[in-house]
Amino acid sequence: MRKYNYSLIAGLIITAFMLAVTITAHFWTPYSVTAMSSMSKNLPPSAAHLMGTDNFGRDVLSRVMSGCGTTFFIGMCTVVIGAVFGTIVGAVTGYFGGILDAVIMRINDVLLSFPSVLLALIFISFLGTGKYKIIIALGVMFIPSFARIVRSEVIRIKSQDYVKSARVMGAGSLRIIFVHIIPNIRVSMLTAAAVGFNNAVLAEASMSYLGLGVVPPEPSLGLMLSEAQQYIFVAPWYALFPGIVIALIILGFGLISEGLRGLAQK
Amino acid sequence: MKRKPYKRISLGVMILTLAAVLCGCGGGAGSSTVDTSSKETAEPAASASADHEFTFGLDSAIASVDPHVDTDAATRSVLFNVFEGLVKVTPEGDVAPAVAQDYKMSDDAKTYTFTLRDGITFQDGKAVKASDVKYSLERSAKINGDSSALSVISDISCPDDKTVVITLKSADSEFIYNLTTEILEEANDKDQGSKPIGTGPFKVAEYKEGEYIDFERYEGYWNKDLDCIDKAQIKFYDKADTAFTELKAGSIDAMWQMTPDQVKSLGDGYNVVESTMKLVQGLFINNTYEPFKKVQVRQALNYAIDRDAVDKLLLGGGSKKINTYGYPSVPEWYNADTEGTYKYDVDKAKQLLADGGYPDGFDLEITVPNNYNLHVQAAEIMKEELAQIGVKVTINPVDWSTWLSDVYQGRKFQATVIGFDFTSLAPSTWYVHYQSKSDNNMVNFSDADYDKTYDEAKTETDKDKKKELYNKCQQILTDQAASVFIEDPVNYIVLRKGYTGFASYPIYVIDLSSIKAE
Repeated sequence: MRKYNYSLIAGLIITAFMLAVTITAHFWTPYSVTAMSSMSKNLPPSAAHLMGTDNFGRDVLSRVMSGCGTTFFIGMCTVVIGAVFGTIVGAVTGYFGGILDAVIMRINDVLLSFPSVLLALIFISFLGTGKYKIIIALGVMFIPSFARIVRSEVIRIKSQDYVKSARVMGAGSLRIIFVHIIPNIRVSMLTAAAVGFNNAVLAEASMSYLGLGVVPPEPSLGLMLSEAQQYIFVAPWYALFPGIVIALIILGFGLISEGLRGLAQK
Repeated sequence: MKRKPYKRISLGVMILTLAAVLCGCGGGAGSSTVDTSSKETAEPAASASADHEFTFGLDSAIASVDPHVDTDAATRSVLFNVFEGLVKVTPEGDVAPAVAQDYKMSDDAKTYTFTLRDGITFQDGKAVKASDVKYSLERSAKINGDSSALSVISDISCPDDKTVVITLKSADSEFIYNLTTEILEEANDKDQGSKPIGTGPFKVAEYKEGEYIDFERYEGYWNKDLDCIDKAQIKFYDKADTAFTELKAGSIDAMWQMTPDQVKSLGDGYNVVESTMKLVQGLFINNTYEPFKKVQVRQALNYAIDRDAVDKLLLGGGSKKINTYGYPSVPEWYNADTEGTYKYDVDKAKQLLADGGYPDGFDLEITVPNNYNLHVQAAEIMKEELAQIGVKVTINPVDWSTWLSDVYQGRKFQATVIGFDFTSLAPSTWYVHYQSKSDNNMVNFSDADYDKTYDEAKTETDKDKKKELYNKCQQILTDQAASVFIEDPVNYIVLRKGYTGFASYPIYVIDLSSIKAE
């Protein structure tokens, strides 16, 4: 009897749905994302506006759809920066060891000991606010956690027989790292990426909520939450829907990373 | 296996450290401090007893407790309670004797003679002497430099302890409006920035920078008829939203500058006072930014922004729309004929933009102070409207201190959304903002005709002629489209039931002495 990996399947379905929404929003939204109308301020959810409208009469559904795109984009870029540089740092330190390893990993520990949002805030105060600046700030913050995971995996694998054989056959260090070791740790890396993505989404939402991330009127789920705060008693739907969507995105990736971990243990 | 317990402990320690760091971070970000107000939250919100300390929530911290170095409305509005000038602003928009009992202006408007009020004392109990007045006026003039309204003084003499004679370099019939300059104690010279001592109805009991300022009644205040609360606190917040949440939670009792939406969501239990923000809100444009050197481009912006739509989206309508740098709440010095000059007209705006050499529009960065929701949101609306004529706006939110240093003082900006308030009731201090050489000419406006008219208006002693000249100044600002002047926004003051009063002034003032407990 075959046992299904329900976490992975459910996670993939939710994430695929959110991605589909994001891609759709790129080509089509029910209403304009930025067009304002004083006639339709703070309307409750209805057939015309499924998620209601905000204080400028903008359609919340359209903004949430478009905001997903912003969130995914920032999350993806952050994870890519973190994964690429984290993998390089982790592989090099893990494979070669020695003083280089000791020094880099202690710096790593220092960075890890700060909450990532706090560190990102420091970055933002130097760089200024904006979508691309927040990507850089968060990306750098995510390097240490990737580096740490990759390093421990590399250390585990480099003493395996097939790596030793490759070395005996005269393969260079770079070839061993990228051809023999990295492909064998891809599941751990995928899990780390899924977790990292979740953290990035939350970090982006918190930063935008604090007014330090995405600049209005570009829609971002975190920023929408922040804007909705002052209308929470007049138009609760404005805060509710972006909040639900953030939760869904997090849930989807959370389930995926759970599922991947299950795969790795088999 | 042996190392496992160690690992678990270190993990626990890590989590604890993390939690501690996070808590510390939250505290710094403006959560309520532990002080006397915490006991209020425990009480039911609506019951205001006699010993209940009145707490007012302000959406900005004050910059200093030294009244002579202030730059912003928040600081002035708070320090009004502590300090007084020779004369004092009244809610009717006039000036009334305060430290001085009365005064005489010479016929040539060059010499003003003041007699100090009998028995008036500073809040440390010492009598106010003529030399203190001389010291204060000279100090303020020195700190504020050439831009100071007091720089026209040529001499201050004190024939005796009760009399001050001020002689001006040139005649100025508006000079009395500038004598609201706060009188400080000369003996306190070294501590004016840390130990505020004035002659006002309230003294500072405690000031915590960036958090709150506590006031208590000064028993020796000259006006013994004052009937108001005995203690009060003004708490500072980064954002109006936060203060509003605190108001709903019951930890503060009053707020101003509330939007119709906020008032609507409050329900019963509050006394609501309709007011205006006493601001000239607008899109202020740097006249030296390349596209804005052309008057057609400046006019195009004026036609492209729909003032009615801005007002409706921001505040549901009801604000006073303007087309010049003028203040409708003081009709004496406001040119109402300028109203309606720029009616929303996208085609005309496009035409003017093309005439100015920018048929395809241009890029524009609008810098806004991120603690003022009203201005951030207005910028969002303007971005939409300016897109219609091809002006591509990016919004750059900055914190208040950055705005003050970069935009207001440094003039490193292309455009900004902000509101200007009256700092003094003298119209010359108001219209000097557009004089080409003025330190306060943030938008770098330069017009020879304006400079000339302003100079004439300022020196004119006949009030009717003066009004005419100031009207002409405002007409020039409208015709030259010095900036996009939008509105004096409608707003509301809300007091928890149990408190009444809150006098509305033509300038920014939180007059605690006008608030009574029921």
